[in-house]
Amino acid sequence: MAKELEKAGILTVHICTIVPISKTFGANRIVPAIAIPHPLGDPAKPEKQEKILRRALVEKALTALKTPIEDQMVF
Amino acid sequence: MAQKLKVVHYLNQFFGQIGGEDKADTAPLKKDGPIGPGRLFQEIFGQYAEIVCTVICGDNYFSEHIEGAKEELIPLIKSYHPDLVLAGPAFNAGRYGVACGALCQSIVEQLNIPAVTGMFPENPGVALYRKSTYIIETKSSTIGMKQAAEKMVALAKKLTKGGSIGPPEEEGYISRGIRKNYFAENTGAKRAVDMLLQKMEGKSFTTEYPMPVFDCVTPVHPVDNLNQITLALISTGGIVPKGNPDRIESSGASKYRKYDISNIEQLTSEAYEAVHGGYDPSHANADPNRVLPIDVLRELEREGVIGKLYPYFYATVGNGTSVSNARRFAQEIADDLRNDGVDAVIISST
Repeated sequence: MAKELEKAGILTVHICTIVPISKTFGANRIVPAIAIPHPLGDPAKPEKQEKILRRALVEKALTALKTPIEDQMVF
Repeated sequence: MAQKLKVVHYLNQFFGQIGGEDKADTAPLKKDGPIGPGRLFQEIFGQYAEIVCTVICGDNYFSEHIEGAKEELIPLIKSYHPDLVLAGPAFNAGRYGVACGALCQSIVEQLNIPAVTGMFPENPGVALYRKSTYIIETKSSTIGMKQAAEKMVALAKKLTKGGSIGPPEEEGYISRGIRKNYFAENTGAKRAVDMLLQKMEGKSFTTEYPMPVFDCVTPVHPVDNLNQITLALISTGGIVPKGNPDRIESSGASKYRKYDISNIEQLTSEAYEAVHGGYDPSHANADPNRVLPIDVLRELEREGVIGKLYPYFYATVGNGTSVSNARRFAQEIADDLRNDGVDAVIISST
């Protein structure tokens, strides 16, 4: 989906855990996530800490959207 | 009768009879003898080989630390001094396919023995590992177990006997992109003209030189000012309004839906749930923001870090979903987003 959106000219960042799959399927901007069942959270952490972690990942994704790249890139 | 060959078989937690998604983080372990599909493989091998051990690893455990999982599994397998390793078959199970492919590749490289696995052609493990390992083409589900096992055993026998391996269409494995020289009966000129004639008559022909398909997409230009953009969210993690009103399938999704979040500050477990059939949804159900980070994006919107969060999110399930469906979803969503002036998208996947 990330590849098709970019093909259509829509700037896209993919947050996912299994980075090799995302790369193979042609996502351009990739942000590695935490785990498969909770990509943007960590149930082992207290709620407040978990939200800080989630925000950091989303901010990383936003950084990816600001970054000029020539080729696929894992942030 | 020569001595039976020793085989180690790799399975995930499900086929290894440890458990379902709740056991997907199971660390590598071993059990003596064949288990589950291994019994069928053993039956087909007969006296030729013996499955001395089954190694099992949870799908999440493997996919979340591919290198670490291999480092644990390989010594485990090596300790049995096997002549051959079988993995799966994984059918269309993505994480399992990645695990089978990654393991087979390392077995061949590090232990210098043959390894065979089996997958459905759309399994992501195929694109990643088909060049480095033998992957028998299977159906998308366990309905193709027997056929897959027969082909895997036939190829495994050939590999262990050290005989020459025929082309993919003959042996049933997925093309590895290897060319072999051979003496053809007719010259190139005759073969080319024959092909051309077939083509002109509208009949089928097989090219001798398939063109590689390069399907990379040039990265889209980044945004300059985040505080002026409209940002949309898509998730393949199966987060939907509770009760799944549009009945998005938990596996092999045929549709996506967009849901209004204009008045939503964060996703609550009362109003949203995960319907993805490929991971244990308990953590996502308890707090759906763990998959679809609306809470944080609202914060960033309030603080003016991003301009605006698009008032809808798009939901589908990325579990055995066909590539053609995923492509269609994305094309339709792209049209929608362009019409609504969306500048950028975050996709989250489980």
